[in-house]
Amino acid sequence: MSDATDTAVLRARGLRKEYGTGEGLVRAVDGIDLDIRAGETVAVMGPSGCGKSTLLHLLGGLDRPSGGEVTLNGRRIDDIGEKALARMRRTDVGFVFQAFHLLEELTAIENVELSALLAGRSPRAARRRAHELLEQVGLADRARFLPSALSGGQRQRVAIARALSNEPLVVLADEPTGNLDSAAILDVLQLFEKLHEAGQTLVIVTHDARIAATADRLISMRDGAFIDETHLTGGTTGRLGALAGLDD
Amino acid sequence: MGRILLVCRLAVRDLRRRRTEAALLLFAIVTATTTLTLALVLRDAAADPYQSTREATNGPDVVASVNRAAELPDLDELAAAPGVTGHSGPYPVTAARLQASDKTSDVQVLGRDAAPAPVDQPALTQGGWVRDGGVVVEAAFAHAFNVRVGDPVTLNGRSFEVVGVAVTAAMAPYPGSSCIVAVGCANGPVRPAELPASLIWNPGLVWLTQADVRSIAAGSVSYVMNLKLADPSEATAFVAARQPATMGTPYLMSWESILDDATEMARDAQILLMIGAWLLGLLAVASLSVLVGGRIADQTRRVGLLKAVGGTPGLIAAVLLAEYVLVALVAAAAGLAIGWRTAPLLAASGAGLIGSAGTPAMTLPTAGLVTAVALAVAVAATFLPAVRAARSSTVSALADAARPPHRTGWLIAISARLPVPLLLALRVAARRPRRVVLGVVSIAITISGIYVALVLNDYLTAHPLAAGVDAVQAGLLRRVLLAVMVILVCLAAVNAVFITWATALDNRHSSALARTLGATPGEVSAALAAAQILPALVGAVAGVFPGGYALFAAINAITGGDGSKATLPSLWQLLALVLAAVFVVAALTAVPARLGARRPVIDSLQAELT
Repeated sequence: MSDATDTAVLRARGLRKEYGTGEGLVRAVDGIDLDIRAGETVAVMGPSGCGKSTLLHLLGGLDRPSGGEVTLNGRRIDDIGEKALARMRRTDVGFVFQAFHLLEELTAIENVELSALLAGRSPRAARRRAHELLEQVGLADRARFLPSALSGGQRQRVAIARALSNEPLVVLADEPTGNLDSAAILDVLQLFEKLHEAGQTLVIVTHDARIAATADRLISMRDGAFIDETHLTGGTTGRLGALAGLDD
Repeated sequence: MGRILLVCRLAVRDLRRRRTEAALLLFAIVTATTTLTLALVLRDAAADPYQSTREATNGPDVVASVNRAAELPDLDELAAAPGVTGHSGPYPVTAARLQASDKTSDVQVLGRDAAPAPVDQPALTQGGWVRDGGVVVEAAFAHAFNVRVGDPVTLNGRSFEVVGVAVTAAMAPYPGSSCIVAVGCANGPVRPAELPASLIWNPGLVWLTQADVRSIAAGSVSYVMNLKLADPSEATAFVAARQPATMGTPYLMSWESILDDATEMARDAQILLMIGAWLLGLLAVASLSVLVGGRIADQTRRVGLLKAVGGTPGLIAAVLLAEYVLVALVAAAAGLAIGWRTAPLLAASGAGLIGSAGTPAMTLPTAGLVTAVALAVAVAATFLPAVRAARSSTVSALADAARPPHRTGWLIAISARLPVPLLLALRVAARRPRRVVLGVVSIAITISGIYVALVLNDYLTAHPLAAGVDAVQAGLLRRVLLAVMVILVCLAAVNAVFITWATALDNRHSSALARTLGATPGEVSAALAAAQILPALVGAVAGVFPGGYALFAAINAITGGDGSKATLPSLWQLLALVLAAVFVVAALTAVPARLGARRPVIDSLQAELT
């Protein structure tokens, strides 16, 4: 435990998020402790409404906890200002959402380069990086397509490329395959596989067992708390498609 | 019948559900209809005092004058002409110099009998009628020259006492007086050096006894006669038939031309109000387009529900149109009432005519035109969004799908080279180009109006007499200008706030996404504000040139004015105007932009999923 704590890139202690008061009080996240090592892929599973997305938002600084601590790369992020949080998100965290959240009026490459532009990179450097990332996700030939002209899987690959734009310490993915068909799920799984092999730290919230099976560690959640934690020895090694049950 | 009831009920329910927006809609249209009503009723309102004066003084239908005693038979001939039923005069008239305390002015001195005249017996507003050694001063001139009953004055060096102040319908009030003396008259702000010394300058009108006129006459004496016709409406034809083709005597003037001179100020005010009404009408269309666009975007789900339960596209369009038609009708009624009641305040006749304008009658054409304009404004702004909503797919409407943003590729490419707030601002603006155009137009119209107001205010201050108005009338015109400008600015301010708020709401998702990707709340609120300030800058510059310049030229063309006499605003004034507009827009948009950028990121991102 101490090793994990020492090398944790992302750490939570006694993390709580509550909504409402009195009898209407809802504990979406209820006293969670979590350590995520660099290069580790962690899957968080649980039924709808168990608090897993809220946990992800708290870990990424998108939402403020009601109590507890969140430390990213050794720095507390639960008590810093909005401006500092925004700067932290620029460089240290990449988000992937179920709904993709691409800007409809921007082409694929413009969506991907947006993060780099917001981080202050030069337009040329941002465009070069976006090209590289689109090549990595296999969409170089769709760079100038608007999101409306891309399939669901392609949109999610663009969103993943955008999340990687500023080489974040950790990528937080919230139901990344929730809106995809089976073929697209396989594409995204393969992409996460490549990221894992490249040493990217990943936290994936999902209720899809096939995705969870590709992680190093699987955490089960219910009513805002962790109820089970499993280290998957196979991790994402081996034939991913077979593991996920997507091969013919 | 049931269908109409259903449409009305749905329209009223929706208006009650969104009261603030309904109130803003009402405000936008009421300002335009009020100004239009003012403009339409003003001329009638202003004409009333002249008619009152004409009745009270038994005013002449035609005023005839000759320059020499030898020409008096010409006047006798006119008095005996067919259609002439009565006359007074001929009366002697001469030019003189009037001095009261330390002020001097040229005057036309008209000799009258102490006994009342059958035609044109000036009506006294103070004191008594002429007597030996007593002078009666025309009311507007007395007001401008600040003389009262009992004041001592001199005329061509001879002392007189002011015994009365009176109004007449035989001549327009000072400074619009017509010239009836042989030496000739000239008007203007500054007496040109080359003007013959014999000409009298900006003359007022006073009455003496005929004996006193002859006693002070330093030069020639002219004669004036007032004629009554059997049919006053024939006065212009009477004049046209008898006026010499070349410059000569007798010089004839119909009561209609005197009315024109007497109501010139009211006409100017009417033109200002009419132009103001047009500007406000355009602004109202811009306001409505933004408000209606925002409302209909909010109503998408409701449209889907109505369709899902069997509402036809026709019913949907009818409900949406009915809401705005209802608001337009209420606004037209309110505008007519407010304009009708306030017109007399702007048409006050000053000192030169009897009575005030009173409350003018509301004519059917005025009510019809104002209502039609209100309906046109509402329908113009509503028709396309209503049809678009009616034709939308039921499924996407039920899903409350947002209208897809517009893509402007070149602007996106340029924005990549700018600092983050400007990068986001340009992209925010590029998403809704129609809204940007409305913002630019709104500011441009307002600045054009202010530009013209600056020019006219400066002109009225520096050269009131050249404008044909005295200080009181100039003040009245300035109040009209101020009223129109205040309404313009208020409406533009409402537009700016509403456009910003609509932009903030429309960009909730993209702003939240930008913050997720690392933009700070400050950068996002700066972007939302800058997205309004940049169009405001463009609108302010366009409002000065060509907007203001073109509007001023249009006013000159309509009024037949000489724009070269006016002083255009200096460069620093224009610069200050543009900067002030940008500053005001920045201040107005700061709060909605800040509120729009502070919404929790997660709420905005998840709103799309619910």
